[in-house]
Amino acid sequence: MIETRGLRKSFTSRQGREKKTVEAVRGVDLDVAEGEIFGFLGPNGAGKTTTLRMLATLIEPDGGTATIAGADLRRDPAEVRRRIGYVAQGGSTWDDSTAREELVLQARLYGASKASAQARAASVLEGFQLIEYADRKCKTYSGGQRRRVDIALGIIHEPKVVFLDEPTTGLDPQSRAHMWEEIRRLRAEGMTVFITTHYLDEADALCDRISIMDNGEIVASGTPSSLKREISGDVVRVGLPVDAVAAAASALAAYKIESYDDSVRLYVEDGAVAIPQILRALDAAGVPLGTIELHRPSLDDVFLTKTGRSLRES
Amino acid sequence: MKLLRDTSLIFQRQMQLLLRNPVWIFVGVFQPVMYLLLFAPLLKPALQVSSNAEAYEIFVPGLLVLLAIFGGLFQGFGLIAELRAGVIERSRVTPVSRLALLLGRSLRDVVSLIAQAVIITLLALVFDLRVFIGNLLLAYLMLALISLMTSALSYGVALAVKSEDALAPLMNTVAQPVLLLSGILLPLTFAPGWLQGIADWNPFSWAVDGTRALFRGDLGSPDVWQGLIIMAVLAAAAVAWAARMFARSVR
Ligand SMILES: Nc1ncnc2c1ncn2[C@@H]1O[C@H](COP(=O)(O)OP(=O)(O)O)[C@@H](O)[C@H]1O
Ligand SMILES: [Mg+2]
Repeated sequence: MIETRGLRKSFTSRQGREKKTVEAVRGVDLDVAEGEIFGFLGPNGAGKTTTLRMLATLIEPDGGTATIAGADLRRDPAEVRRRIGYVAQGGSTWDDSTAREELVLQARLYGASKASAQARAASVLEGFQLIEYADRKCKTYSGGQRRRVDIALGIIHEPKVVFLDEPTTGLDPQSRAHMWEEIRRLRAEGMTVFITTHYLDEADALCDRISIMDNGEIVASGTPSSLKREISGDVVRVGLPVDAVAAAASALAAYKIESYDDSVRLYVEDGAVAIPQILRALDAAGVPLGTIELHRPSLDDVFLTKTGRSLRES
Repeated sequence: MKLLRDTSLIFQRQMQLLLRNPVWIFVGVFQPVMYLLLFAPLLKPALQVSSNAEAYEIFVPGLLVLLAIFGGLFQGFGLIAELRAGVIERSRVTPVSRLALLLGRSLRDVVSLIAQAVIITLLALVFDLRVFIGNLLLAYLMLALISLMTSALSYGVALAVKSEDALAPLMNTVAQPVLLLSGILLPLTFAPGWLQGIADWNPFSWAVDGTRALFRGDLGSPDVWQGLIIMAVLAAAAVAWAARMFARSVR
């Protein structure tokens, strides 16, 4: 459904007299299958939005090729526009308009007649449970309602592919859960959904397949579970009193280790072998121990092994 | 056909939002009326003319051209608000004509300007201004072209700079000399020769001269067709440029 090869984009911005070039996207290859929820996971500044904006015809790539829903991005952007929907990271509604007005206009911009635009708007409002607020101005909506209007605007013309840029960023947990349901519903209706996110749990729970992006490049691709399986070994998490984290980190310096507020995480070959050694080392250093658990690597551990940084921190 | 349809869609939305905002109606009508009422007592002696009617023949066209220039130049601020809200980006992912995104907005600006112009003209009639309807319509055409040009220019610049902080000083820098050197508020008849020489290079001074000729009833004056042609050419150029900006604006 989406295939890209070597997609590149750099920006030149002026800072005072100096010109600075940022290579936002440096050679992205993607293969997104029809009917899946595909996720782009990466920290802020990774180049997710820039990639999406290229695929949505909003900015021209510096290099590379892409085919989206059968249309060539470089040669026929107009056809790409007809086949895709795009929902920007920052939203797209106007304070003084109502959701219904926005939806009718958007459908008409895609070529629908007045009557069919109104019918489409009504059915989308129903689908997204927005009927109650449909004729109120957008500025009166809650964050979650407004985000649902954004998504509704992106799919009003029933595109084959829809790009959602950080659809749940800034939403409270309940609205997020609601949004996940909406996104799964789009997949059930046969749409291919391409989302970006910097939430690990979202990539893990919602996406069929993901690509992890960092610094303009894709560092890993696959299903969340296959990516996690790729990492050999186990993760041992040691829960500690807050003031003991530093002492524990130095006592366990021999291991590959990550420190957090009230715990450390150790990456080991075999957890069953490592745990007694860890306990002994902590005991010898006189570090009071809270809890200890052994688990399989998470997506954050995948990110850490590929980039040397934790996604939680960046 | 698609261009017409898309333009009218954008235009309708923009008009609807404009009429929804009562503050605009108040400012848009109140301000020119104040100009007219406050300047009126000063006009006759300042222009050294014998009657109110004569004074208004000179002052009203100038005021209208002034409104067209400034009204247009500051439309970019509204567009920056739309950019920030994501409305422009949302439009740009649809197949809508890029020219229509511009024209729909600029036509709203033209319509609201003409509405202001009609109110001012009616009021000036009360103050003994007399003008032939045919000449008046031609003068409105001139105003429409000016406003089309300045608003398109403002939209193009807004898309290029993307921030109010950059747009405001830029528009002021353009507007001030244009205003001073066009003889808009007072004719440059009494200005020294070198000043008049500079004014000849200011396209708006041609527009003002043409509009004044129309209000005088001097339809045959070359000022009229020269002003109209200059404004039409500049408006077309501004529209073509700004539409390109809509096609390739980033973020
Ligand atoms: N229009 C632009 N001009 C200059 N730099 C930009 C522009 N858009 C994005 N960038 C830069 O490109 C990089 C990638 O940004 P972005 O694609 O927004 O990342 P993400 O969406 O993953 O957070 C960042 O360093 C950002 O500052
Ligand atoms: Mg982003």
